[in-house]
Amino acid sequence: MWRVGTVVDLHDETATARTITLEVPEWPGHLAGQRLDVRLTAPDGYSAVRSYSLASAPNSEGRVQITVERLPNGEVSPYLTQAVMIGDRLELRGPIGGWFVWHSQQSEPIQLIAGGSGIVPLMAMIRTRVSMGSAAPFKLLYSVRDPGAVFYGDELRSLLERGDSFVVTYAYTRAVPKDWARPPGRIDATLIANTVWRADVVPTCYVCGPTSFVEAVADLLIATGIKRDNIRTERFGPTRSRK
Amino acid sequence: MDIVSRGFSGRRSAENAKLPPGQYLTADFPILSAGPTPHVSLDRWEFTIQDGTEVLRRWDWKSFRNLPTENITVDLHCVTRWSKLGTFWEGVSLDTVFADVKTDAEYALAHSYGDYTANLPLDDLLNKKAWIAFRFDDEDLAPEHGGPARLLVPHLYLWKSAKWVRGITLMHEDEPGFWESLGYHNYGDPWREQRYSGDE
Repeated sequence: MWRVGTVVDLHDETATARTITLEVPEWPGHLAGQRLDVRLTAPDGYSAVRSYSLASAPNSEGRVQITVERLPNGEVSPYLTQAVMIGDRLELRGPIGGWFVWHSQQSEPIQLIAGGSGIVPLMAMIRTRVSMGSAAPFKLLYSVRDPGAVFYGDELRSLLERGDSFVVTYAYTRAVPKDWARPPGRIDATLIANTVWRADVVPTCYVCGPTSFVEAVADLLIATGIKRDNIRTERFGPTRSRK
Repeated sequence: MDIVSRGFSGRRSAENAKLPPGQYLTADFPILSAGPTPHVSLDRWEFTIQDGTEVLRRWDWKSFRNLPTENITVDLHCVTRWSKLGTFWEGVSLDTVFADVKTDAEYALAHSYGDYTANLPLDDLLNKKAWIAFRFDDEDLAPEHGGPARLLVPHLYLWKSAKWVRGITLMHEDEPGFWESLGYHNYGDPWREQRYSGDE
């Protein structure tokens, strides 16, 4: 069933990513981590649909947010990040997906690991934790190209300052902030060992990012003794090699 | 009740016309997996056909690879909306592994290393419609794409083509698999756009 959402706010997260807030009067609610299909239709009836992770907490009173990263040769993402204006109406379907979700009843330690725009569904989990008053201890390990590529930076900083069993670690792959101790580089076993919940506290892990990122991180987590059943993944984009 | 998206023209190609509704063409081979990729060594790999817990047939890698194989060129359609045309595989037909199996079961549950499952009618596995594929583009199938071997059921959305397949369980009653329990369609015909539960 397709619903109609009205664009009520636009916010640029980075030079290439935009958060779109939609008012969807009959939105049925969602779980943190679920997705939404967006359908664009041309005047001649041609349409294109893409799926985007919801960024907002479920209890946002008829409003939902997605954050869209513009892909260089994308068909839908350039439109959503550049052409859409406040007041536009978009066709939506969802929520979709019942696996890569965090339920606010979960009380075990949670390890979130994001690569780039893979932060979006994890942010929905972080926001849901706050809005539901959950005490589940959360850690986020967030891999980004450089400081300018961080989504939701101010909000993450204020959550971090509250303490409150929420910890964020950034891993910069290309360029680091001034005086940053760790040189630029991908997430490796040392960073995992120093920042991620240890296997003996039995965290549930949510890993979202490009395919090669998720493959590498999931293997590193398993190498620390975390059980594969406690690792949930969401991958996007092509495989780099098909060895 | 399509709403025209102001200023959207989209990107059309002649090949789009060959695609099921709502799909777009990609040359990449994206991945959808719910968890870490299992790495299954060939010396402990096995493939079974079971009726409940009774094992009717069992192959290890060596005996499996002694079965006759086929070259398969098929189009793939993923529920996440990408389609990839003319993919080239090598595999063993399910008709071959089911050749001597007598059953009146109507349903099957494919199960995988890593505990993934997918259900489908047994008829959809037989009559030259499904394979256990172990090579893609003339190379051994990579673990992230389901190697050592995956089910290949190209007439259904790709989630039915269970990666890391280790067996088929025959069932007299249909039973939802992994994604089928999580909001996806029970059958998954891309040409009828059966993506999510509730789609007709």
